[in-house]
Amino acid sequence: MVSLLLAARISPSRVGAVINRNVGALRSGPSYWLVLLSGFFEPVLYLLSIGVGVGALVGDLTLPGGRVVEYAVFVAPAMLAVSAMSGALSETTFNFFFKMKYSKTFDAVLATPVKPFEIALGELAWAMVRSSVYTGAFLVVMVALGLTGPGWALAAFPATMLVGLAFGAVGMAISTFMRGWQDFDLLTTGQFALFLFSGTFSPVQDYPAVVEVLVRLTPLYHAVELVRGLVIGELGWGLLGNAAYLLAMVAAGLTLAARRIHRTLCA
Amino acid sequence: MVHPTVAVLERNLALYRRLWRASAFSTFVLPVLFLVSIGVGVGGYVGEIGGVDYLAWIVPGVMASTAFQMAIGESTYSVLGDFKWVRAYHAMRATPVEVGDMVWGWLLYILIRVEIAAVVFLGITALFGALHSPWAVLTPVVAALVALSAAAPVMAFAASIEHDSYFALLFRFVMIPSTLFAGVFFPVDQLPQLVRPLAYLSPLWHGVELSRAATLGTSPPWPVWVHAGYLLLCCAAGLAWAVAAFRKRLQD
Repeated sequence: MVSLLLAARISPSRVGAVINRNVGALRSGPSYWLVLLSGFFEPVLYLLSIGVGVGALVGDLTLPGGRVVEYAVFVAPAMLAVSAMSGALSETTFNFFFKMKYSKTFDAVLATPVKPFEIALGELAWAMVRSSVYTGAFLVVMVALGLTGPGWALAAFPATMLVGLAFGAVGMAISTFMRGWQDFDLLTTGQFALFLFSGTFSPVQDYPAVVEVLVRLTPLYHAVELVRGLVIGELGWGLLGNAAYLLAMVAAGLTLAARRIHRTLCA
Repeated sequence: MVHPTVAVLERNLALYRRLWRASAFSTFVLPVLFLVSIGVGVGGYVGEIGGVDYLAWIVPGVMASTAFQMAIGESTYSVLGDFKWVRAYHAMRATPVEVGDMVWGWLLYILIRVEIAAVVFLGITALFGALHSPWAVLTPVVAALVALSAAAPVMAFAASIEHDSYFALLFRFVMIPSTLFAGVFFPVDQLPQLVRPLAYLSPLWHGVELSRAATLGTSPPWPVWVHAGYLLLCCAAGLAWAVAAFRKRLQD
């Protein structure tokens, strides 16, 4: 990754300029701030409804490791991983696509010394700001509700950033292939299917064997496993495998996105 | 010549012909995935609620909330877009189409889509064995009421704003909380006493309870006419607001 950055002669100040443009754009309308902040409430509401509300019907749940926890303790880290995913994706899909295709922001940016890979890095970094605000706040809520300890919350925070980076990078790459807004219906459907079946609401061990294997191949599963392991303090070597999967997503997503920006806008 | 309302409906259906493939997923597949994940998956841990298994308990809720979400989703960007970007309503104004025709033409279009989704969903849930009473055939009617009472005020809202960011706020502060806390996934009685009236305010709660009474063959928490009356009231108020908002926007 580092050698890749050096080979492309990435300039931190040019990446910073891309981030800065997004900060400046925030000031153009007050509603954007509200939208940004409100994104945080969505996973919290899911946590309260499914975790606490349905949790009261479920009672306790036995983890694959044998530990018995409240249902909310099981669901909360999954919602945390989901909020990292959707925070990053909302920025690198809808907003990214709009900037690329409609407002022609990137055409303008590319008329400056900024390169495609720097755009990709800058946009991803900006998406991470958004995603981290969500997950940081969500972790505070979890500690306040007694669903995790402060130490485990601190340990999980970098993991949520990795989740955001992974989905942000892949989302950005996917956005470069979108033909129009209609294609986003497929993206949100896929996102929602991941949300429902990544061991978020019930352990993957409950699924039929074929489905379980399929789920283990999908990205949100690894995000949920990694975040849940850290939040509830069940550490194991498997977490490194989950992290490696997410790192591969970052590398592949960023490279592909930069290449596509180059091909569509510079050729 | 066809009635102007029908002409508007026809235009909306003609546009939909280009889009239906993309929406087939979200209309038919997502509610079923939802049932499998929450109804079967989580249901395995819940066991019985109100004398039936959890899947049968949430089926009517998922159906009503699907109608609710479709109605809201369809009344946002499309309506604002037809005012702001496409300017379709301004074009209609130059024809014998009146404001009421524009509103009703769009609402009928939403109703058609909601009804198709509701009937398909009903068929699928029957295969899951989740329907316990012949009254279940009435659930598409309830879905229509829920859809109207949600779509009409949201159309009015869409006609009143300039910036589409407000839709994200509508989804997050109205649509999603409504879906999550209006008795779809767990009984409203479990909510703290203070927030319970908020659930009663949502037309979705009344729709969910009516649907549930229909599929399980039980009686709803409040008399049927109160639930139905509240939904009709929401429809009427929403319609009046939508027509007023459309008229105001078209004055420019």
